[in-house]
Amino acid sequence: MKILVKSGRVVDPKNAIDEKLDVLIVDGKIAEVASNIDAGDAEIINAAGLLVTPGLIDMHVHLRDPGLEYKEDIITGTKAAAAGGVTSVACMPNTKPVIDNLAVVRYVIAKAREQGSANVFPIASVTQGMKGDLLSEMGELKEGGCVGFSDDGLPVKDGEMMRRALEYANTFDAPIFSHAEDLSLVAGGAMNEGPVSTELGLKGIPWVAEDAATARDIMLAEFTAARLHVCHVSTRGSVELVRQAKARGVRVTCEATPHHFTLTDEAVRGYDTNAKMNPPLRSQQDVDAVREGLKDGTIDAIATDHAPHHHDEKNVEFAIALNGIIGLETLLPLTLKLVGEKVLTLSQAVALMTCNPAAILGIDRGSLAVGCVADMTLINPNREWTVEASELQSKSKNSPWIGTTMKGCAVRTLLAGKTVFERS
Amino acid sequence: MSFNPKHVLGIKELSQEEITFILDTAGSFKEINTRDIKKVPTLRGKTIVNLFFEASTRTRTSFEIAGKRLSADTVNISASSSSVVKGETLEDTAQNIEAMHPDIIVMRHSASGACHYLAERLRCSVVNAGDGTHEHPSQALLDAFTIRQHKGEINGLTVAIIGDITHSRVVRSNIYCLSKLGANVRVAGPGTMLPPGLEKMGCTIFKNIEDAISGADCVMMLRIQRERQGASLIPSVREYARFFGLNEQKLKLAKEDAIVMHPGPINRGVELASAVADGAQNVILDQVENGVAVRMALLYLVAGGDKLQQN
Ligand SMILES: [Zn+2]
Repeated sequence: MKILVKSGRVVDPKNAIDEKLDVLIVDGKIAEVASNIDAGDAEIINAAGLLVTPGLIDMHVHLRDPGLEYKEDIITGTKAAAAGGVTSVACMPNTKPVIDNLAVVRYVIAKAREQGSANVFPIASVTQGMKGDLLSEMGELKEGGCVGFSDDGLPVKDGEMMRRALEYANTFDAPIFSHAEDLSLVAGGAMNEGPVSTELGLKGIPWVAEDAATARDIMLAEFTAARLHVCHVSTRGSVELVRQAKARGVRVTCEATPHHFTLTDEAVRGYDTNAKMNPPLRSQQDVDAVREGLKDGTIDAIATDHAPHHHDEKNVEFAIALNGIIGLETLLPLTLKLVGEKVLTLSQAVALMTCNPAAILGIDRGSLAVGCVADMTLINPNREWTVEASELQSKSKNSPWIGTTMKGCAVRTLLAGKTVFERS
Repeated sequence: MSFNPKHVLGIKELSQEEITFILDTAGSFKEINTRDIKKVPTLRGKTIVNLFFEASTRTRTSFEIAGKRLSADTVNISASSSSVVKGETLEDTAQNIEAMHPDIIVMRHSASGACHYLAERLRCSVVNAGDGTHEHPSQALLDAFTIRQHKGEINGLTVAIIGDITHSRVVRSNIYCLSKLGANVRVAGPGTMLPPGLEKMGCTIFKNIEDAISGADCVMMLRIQRERQGASLIPSVREYARFFGLNEQKLKLAKEDAIVMHPGPINRGVELASAVADGAQNVILDQVENGVAVRMALLYLVAGGDKLQQN
């Protein structure tokens, strides 16, 4: 089975490629990347005018399966991924039951393989049941295919537990993904603390809740010499803490979400529950700092924190609405917008969604080198489209961008050479 | 001018002219409340539902009397204990009430934004009777009405508001209302009760009550919620009273003819020393009286004002 992707602009930061080339796929793997490859008997995909990148990787996704399938499941979640140009997702363990044992890991991997439209790499919980008191069986979970450990949403409160988790995970060279937030400082807040929360009369979440927890986790990583990945950094302070830690040689990486580099807490005005997430949308100063962190390489990856919720869970008073928004299908245009605004080069933007997260997750993706699995995204960077709830593949529609016109989208997504999504 | 808003959700959205128009309209209703027969047929045939998710005898009674004096049919629903407990959402409750075709829903709710939520989803008018720690527009309007009654004009006055600013919807509405009418608004309270960015709403922040009330024309004391003691916002009610309560001595710092206000119900000996609560400068009962006239004006204007058929 041969496929020739012809005349696209190949952007493959891992291999320092950014030029108009043909890519030949044979039996689901990259066979050749060169100009004017002879088609022979290959099926031809005309990529003229399109960007050809390694399949995008979203390292922070809530697939809600098993147990919360009314929000999303592995089938719809990976369809949303494919539609967004994403071929690999790392899924968070806050399912029912929690991903903290091999049976659940095997279920997720098998369902994704048999019925999914993207690769799914499970992240298991740091502690059993995410309860914060007993470590998960990390060795076996890693062996079973888990790429890291996280108690996302229920951050490990106890300092000693976090220390031991880092040390133990390091035994198996697995990173700890930290949702760094001091819950005692969050104290039931519903949005970023600042002038907007004051005006709206909503309880605020101060930036220090994130900064204090980020500082602790970085220091523990430094102390244990273990690998720490800070999820969804949203404050000026946490970006700066990661920057300084990297300069000291701490083994720390971090990610930022499109909503945290695009929107401020002004979006909460009108009590729009699709502007409610955790960490919350912050101030303009924080947004600027996150953009700066992306630009100077402090932030390693762009991840969506895709968090589907049912309409009934969002169609309530702001204070009791659940946190989170979907993000897989808007990742690409919001990231390309940073290229348009000259915050990132195209190559940087692609790296943040491909080889960088691949390196953190330790997966053999995010590259178009000969011999690699042919996960590939064909992107029309100029095509304008409007986000319509009815067109979204995700089971949930909790996006603040419904009705917004975006520029740029995946027009074809290939998973090991097989087309899993095509936009006409 | 004529002004017939569909909803009254907050003071923020109102212009100075609109606020003045509401106060003037309230002035013309005030006289009705002193007649022998305190009733006009203005809202005959209209149905007003007082939907209260939080207990508030004062505000609910005031709205109820206002509606009745305008001849509307008023119905009170206390939703706090009944439907919410059964798992009914705010939208379900609202739809059930709307199915009975009310003209106006007057709503009090513990969640900020709850009235906006309702207004976006219902066909009838919504009047905010207090949403969470966001706004309490009728209170601010009756406060402005009372200040105007005693001081003639609000423009140029200095008004000091003292207490738990963070958790007060009365403060937010009052800052908007008084600053739009030209007053200098000062606020003071313990550091744990001063939210960030408040000055952007149009006021000056003071750390102590003495500085805030010095030379003020009007001192507005807020009710302190005793449960804040447990939330580590104040060490004790006793200490709060000592540093942020108003006694006769501190009141001397204000102008000689300063008035003392309170949205009620007061905590005697806490935010107000008894001597001040019983003193000649307090106008708390005027506030209560004016509340009815102001709420009559709001209901009248929301129902259509001049456009109502005179019958
Ligand atoms: Zn998280």
